[in-house]
Amino acid sequence: MEGLVYIALFAPLVSSLFAGSFAMTPKKQFVGVISSLLLFSSFAASAILGYHVLTTNEAVHVKLMDWIVAGDLNIPFGFIVDHVSVTMMFVVTLVSTVVHIYSIGYMDHDKSFNRFFSYLSAFVFSMLVLVMSDNFAGLFIGWEGVGVCSWLLIGFWYHKADVTRDINPSISPSWAANEAFIMNRIADLGMLVGLFIIYWNVGSLQYDVVFKEIPNMTQIALTTAAIALFIGAMGKSAQFPLHTWLTDAMEGPTPVSALIHAATMVTAGVFLVIRANPIFSVTPDVSYFIAALGTFVAFFAASMALVNRDLKRIIAFSTLSQLGYMFAAAGLGAYWIALFHLAAHAFFKALLFLGAGNVMHAMHDELDIFKMGGLKKAMRGTYLYMGLASLALAGIPPLAGFFSKDAIIETAFNEGSLILWLMLVTTAGMTAFYSFRQVFLTFHGDERYHDLGIHPHEMYKYVLIAMSPLAILAVIAGFFKDGFNNFIINQLPNYQMSEHTHHLALYLGVLVLIAAIGGIVLAYIKYNKGLVRSEKTENSFIYKLLANQYYIPNLYESVISKPYAELSKLMWKNVDMKIVDATVDSIAKVIYKSGDKSRGMQSGNLSNYLNWMAIGAIVLLVMAIVSLVA
Amino acid sequence: MIGLNHYLILSGILFTIGLIGVLRRRNLLMLFFSTEIMLNAANVAFAATSNFYHDLSGQMFAFFVVAIAASEVAIGLGLLILVYKKENTLDLDDLASMKG
Repeated sequence: MEGLVYIALFAPLVSSLFAGSFAMTPKKQFVGVISSLLLFSSFAASAILGYHVLTTNEAVHVKLMDWIVAGDLNIPFGFIVDHVSVTMMFVVTLVSTVVHIYSIGYMDHDKSFNRFFSYLSAFVFSMLVLVMSDNFAGLFIGWEGVGVCSWLLIGFWYHKADVTRDINPSISPSWAANEAFIMNRIADLGMLVGLFIIYWNVGSLQYDVVFKEIPNMTQIALTTAAIALFIGAMGKSAQFPLHTWLTDAMEGPTPVSALIHAATMVTAGVFLVIRANPIFSVTPDVSYFIAALGTFVAFFAASMALVNRDLKRIIAFSTLSQLGYMFAAAGLGAYWIALFHLAAHAFFKALLFLGAGNVMHAMHDELDIFKMGGLKKAMRGTYLYMGLASLALAGIPPLAGFFSKDAIIETAFNEGSLILWLMLVTTAGMTAFYSFRQVFLTFHGDERYHDLGIHPHEMYKYVLIAMSPLAILAVIAGFFKDGFNNFIINQLPNYQMSEHTHHLALYLGVLVLIAAIGGIVLAYIKYNKGLVRSEKTENSFIYKLLANQYYIPNLYESVISKPYAELSKLMWKNVDMKIVDATVDSIAKVIYKSGDKSRGMQSGNLSNYLNWMAIGAIVLLVMAIVSLVA
Repeated sequence: MIGLNHYLILSGILFTIGLIGVLRRRNLLMLFFSTEIMLNAANVAFAATSNFYHDLSGQMFAFFVVAIAASEVAIGLGLLILVYKKENTLDLDDLASMKG
């Protein structure tokens, strides 16, 4: 078993190094193929490990080596494959394998093909370190690795120039990459503080040791640790107010978006909350805050998706919204439901993004859904996939999204938080509306792309075939809900609905379903025939507010970025130039001037040299005498 | 009565003469003479103090100095002859070819 753990973990690293060694050379098809094969071997190892954990019900714990041993601090490079991490490994490696194969087709014409695969595999490796580590320090390393890789990948097309916010809301790939990285750094500070608090109180960062010590910790320490850890999770999972980077990250190549949203990045925050559930379950106030914030973000993101015109951004907002659902579930104590939704969401969200990538490919990188329409004729396979994924996202039974999302909404009802419940149900309706608005505008109705002179074509066959596992899982994953429940409660607290809720479950489910179908029908009525734009709606205050993301990016820019830039400029001109630089420069100047002055000594005349030598000897003698006397 | 101080004063005077010679003379050969004078000034001091303390090691040092001075002169004079053959002069002011 130990070998399998290492294969699962290090195959992506090998893949990254292998592809990296060709980074500077022109495109080589075999780099993509070998990377995909290595990723597949990682997936296979994860699947076998999953089977092992399922049958034996025992976690596999391996220790690679000692990493930090200093005084009382002992942090090994240890990895644990238990119920939670094996679920994550399965999802991450499966989605990543598909994304790798997909990228062979998608990045076909890119001149940095090899480099792309190197980054992609490194991304997966970081995520695997994050989920497999048996201590918080290893998790943090993976956490940072994911941040770096996302920076590399979002800014993959770094050569594109900056434009204003009106033309492209994310300004440029390198701008978006920096934004993502800096936002995550802010949150990572919170995470680090959380780790320090835990270490300070427990003296160890091993999960098992820390969780065993929880009864002996003070409530204040636990609460601050939970808050700090959640701040870290907020950054990675793009929760309000650190959410703006996620939609801007759409600047990266589409396979990267699929990876970030489905497998390797934003789920890390939810994973952290699930992993540290013993801490969060004894801090009810923090947990309730998490649930409330999650619900708010679910609603808030869905509202922005209602009016967006950018295909990828709509999907990005939907991820944001679904992450809100996951946090709502985790905050309400239903950790296993959060994890289940995470997995189910990963399948259909990856499928959606890859489908969007196909559309983008066909439309020559045009993303405005107002300029598409009627694509279903040209792109049957993609239409089918995106339709399925959208149905799953909207929560239509028997697809995966229905089971997981419905469980979350039921949880909210069960906890008696009716406001949260109502918001989540409303959001479910909105989700259905915006998903199908996007599907209808893209694939149905009049063919608006003719004006642009584009002749859309379907993606390569093998790419479509590679996407099929995701489609199948998006359809059937829901049926494994009870099996998953039996499997995961060996490690996570078993959350069960009360008798009362159980009684009403059917009605609640129907209510959610009505909301979802209502959303779809509304979208059908409005958009199936074709695009009818109304000046009045588009100029209304609410439409503008939503289209501009509540003006939050603008607010950040005018309240934080610009004053900070002004302050930096002021400090640069007054402090840096006049004090710091002046000091350093004057030291250099003194040395330079004295050298220039004493250059005259070098006369080439031996007699002069001897004179200087005698003077030097006398000076040394005098100094020796003075120091002896004194 | 001639005591230790007299010898040391003699040694000091000789050393000063040698030093002034090194500093003021322009002829390389004269520089060699001056260094010899300085070395021998040290020898006088060695011998005198050795006698004063009834310790022979000072005189031993003087012999070493004499030996080293002899070898130094042998090499130095050889070099001087070469320099003279090449440059046709031993005047330091004319030999200054490495001005920085």
